[in-house]
Amino acid sequence: MSADTGTTSAAAPPPRAIPGSGAGRRHVVVAVVQNRTGVLNRVASLMRARNFNIESLSVSHTDSDDISRMTITIHGDEFAVEQATKQLYRLIDVLKVQDVTDEPTVQHELALVKVRATDRNRGEIVSIVEMNRGRIVDLAAEAVIVEATGTEAEVDALVALLRGFGIKEIVRTGAVVMSRGSQSIEEAVKR
Amino acid sequence: MTVMNGDPAADRRTHVPDEGTSAAEAIEKAQRDMLHEGHVRKRTRIGADIVCEAILRQGVDVLFGYPGGVVLPLYDVLGDYPELRHILVRHEQGAAHAADGFARATGRVGVCLGTSGPGATNLVTGIATAQLDSIPIVAITGNVPAALIGKDAFQEIDITGITLPMTKHNYLVRDANELPRVLAEAFHIARTGRPGPVHIDITKDALQQESRTEHPSEEEVLAGLPGFRPTLDGHPRQLRLVAQEIAKAKRPLILAGHGILIAEAWDELRELAEKANIPIAWSLLGIGAIDERHPLAYGYMGMHGWKHVNRAIQSADLLIALGMRFDDRVTGNVRTYAPHARIVHVDIDPAEIGKNVAVDVPIVGDARHILRALIPLVEPVGPEARASYLEQLAEWRHDSESSSWHGSGMWRNGLLSADYVIDQIGEANDHDATMVADVGQNQMWTARYGGYRRPRSHLSSGGLGTMGYSVPTAMGAALGRPDKTTWAICGDGGFQMTIQELATLVQDRIPVRIALLDNHKLGMIRQWQEIFYESNFHSSTMVGPDYLKLCEAYGIPAWKATKPEEVRPAVDAANAVDGPALVWFEIASEQNVFPIMPAGKGLSDLIEDWGAES
Repeated sequence: MSADTGTTSAAAPPPRAIPGSGAGRRHVVVAVVQNRTGVLNRVASLMRARNFNIESLSVSHTDSDDISRMTITIHGDEFAVEQATKQLYRLIDVLKVQDVTDEPTVQHELALVKVRATDRNRGEIVSIVEMNRGRIVDLAAEAVIVEATGTEAEVDALVALLRGFGIKEIVRTGAVVMSRGSQSIEEAVKR
Repeated sequence: MTVMNGDPAADRRTHVPDEGTSAAEAIEKAQRDMLHEGHVRKRTRIGADIVCEAILRQGVDVLFGYPGGVVLPLYDVLGDYPELRHILVRHEQGAAHAADGFARATGRVGVCLGTSGPGATNLVTGIATAQLDSIPIVAITGNVPAALIGKDAFQEIDITGITLPMTKHNYLVRDANELPRVLAEAFHIARTGRPGPVHIDITKDALQQESRTEHPSEEEVLAGLPGFRPTLDGHPRQLRLVAQEIAKAKRPLILAGHGILIAEAWDELRELAEKANIPIAWSLLGIGAIDERHPLAYGYMGMHGWKHVNRAIQSADLLIALGMRFDDRVTGNVRTYAPHARIVHVDIDPAEIGKNVAVDVPIVGDARHILRALIPLVEPVGPEARASYLEQLAEWRHDSESSSWHGSGMWRNGLLSADYVIDQIGEANDHDATMVADVGQNQMWTARYGGYRRPRSHLSSGGLGTMGYSVPTAMGAALGRPDKTTWAICGDGGFQMTIQELATLVQDRIPVRIALLDNHKLGMIRQWQEIFYESNFHSSTMVGPDYLKLCEAYGIPAWKATKPEEVRPAVDAANAVDGPALVWFEIASEQNVFPIMPAGKGLSDLIEDWGAES
């Protein structure tokens, strides 16, 4: 066996970068899709198959019945997230994809938290919830359901405060996001 | 269901609808339809007619299929469309590969058909093969009547769930009125932009349902697909940047991929290369993009590519990648790939840009559109300006070609050499035959030694690497291009995977010539075990039948060649047969494909051993 030494170059060039291997962070991607059977399955399947790490995914109708909107939060570097958006475009039902991570946006999610409550601490829970812009949406003998809305960090903060009382159950929607200002991703699709 | 005390039915937990409801009636009717086949001699227009009409409207005149319970309504009407030829394969995988071969050989869409359940799952390997290589096929399957979907009915499987991640798009159709739109969309999607397989699953009741729905026009199809608008023209700013890169480059190299063949951009490729005197290397699926006799045609690159080509890549200062995707078999270790080169990447699929390799100048678009716009922007470069570069390349080429060729036809100890066999098949057909490789060593020998001169003359399962590919694919290629001789080149491993299609070749008199390179091994497995697993040979030796007797049983003329001087007469004899034929080449069992780049290593780390000693 003989090894090929390849080219004879004096200066060894730096190694070529591998796309997607950089430091990752949380990205928020908005996808506007045709509201057809299986479209959620297609998006979720693509993310799994291409090895993208979805943190949350929320889907709803838009003002047009035939168009749905997804907010996808993914963890990855710029290359990986760009690759994810481009892979999404390969789906026939996907109309528009936008990474809004670095744009001014309003980001909200909603959580319902069922917290253990006694006659003694119920008042304390109520005041913590009110101070954090939450709401009590159900009151029972031994528990309350707290509705928390806001950014992911705000919801995290309230959930952390409630943890001390004993969380029996929690459900979170994942983030929904909208760009600030007058431009509209949905109008961009219709044009 | 209301709950009443004392009623035994109250405790019954079931999803079965109550008697007399419309849901129950639909299920009962569907079950009756499955058990009692009703042949009502026609005839109004039903879903099955729409399928046949739509295929013919697309200019496809052959489909490869296999009948089964739920597609019988389609087989019931097929006889009414004599202009649509149905080839009865012996296994649905063969149907999918044949559709793939038809598509690769002609540039048109291939069509295959299978029933529900096992018929559908048998198509899967062929669909995946088409997906990885961007081949336009439409795969049609039947499914159980709509009312039985989700009930685990006989031969029911969620085939659209299975094909979802391995098709360009797929459909489940439960209403015949949707069929005209869905079929027209499927063909449009399959062939437009980056091609790929589209799967349509049709319920049996939709195939039987009467419908007067008209086929849509091309404009209506486009209007219905607002999310599918592939970019064809390159961005003018990017085109100018490419022209600047070419003007600056001292050691440019074009990497021609499958995109050149798909876009039919071979003339433009040659024109660009000639105008700026840039040599062309090609990927496995880019073979045939340029006539290999052209002075600027440099060779096949990658893991088993020519050493001189890989050296040129490693020393290039500019790579112009046209319709290729920097597959790991092409780049090896990306970190050490083409270390001195800036990279221009042209691809119609934006997702390919920056997927495997970071590039300097990306352009999204159709290769032909882009080359046509680019050529006028490129400054002509004469051969004298590239003299030292081209001389060095010529020297490297001479070194590598002279060391990697068994011109005597002998490998060692009088054993027949595979490279010689491939060369002789090419020669005997004036290098104009359609050569369909299988997978493994035979595939690499076919790629290296076939000597290709025209586009679409080399078919190979590059992305998926599907063993058993060659014979069924050659069926489709032979029917698609009856003006060309078709050769399937396979090893004894791959041949035995889809050997059942020999009967299809006989029944339909499909003139496929088979070159069986028999080394009684899974040759590439044996090679890897020898080089990378310290010769720990396990499960790589194969017993096969007496192929002459086998062919006799099928009624296929066959010859055997074990010595170099027997090769050409056997090939000529097979070429003279009117119909299928086979040549059984007993080749050396321990011959390896060299060079080989070890997985994870780079293009500068090729291993070769040309057998100076034994």
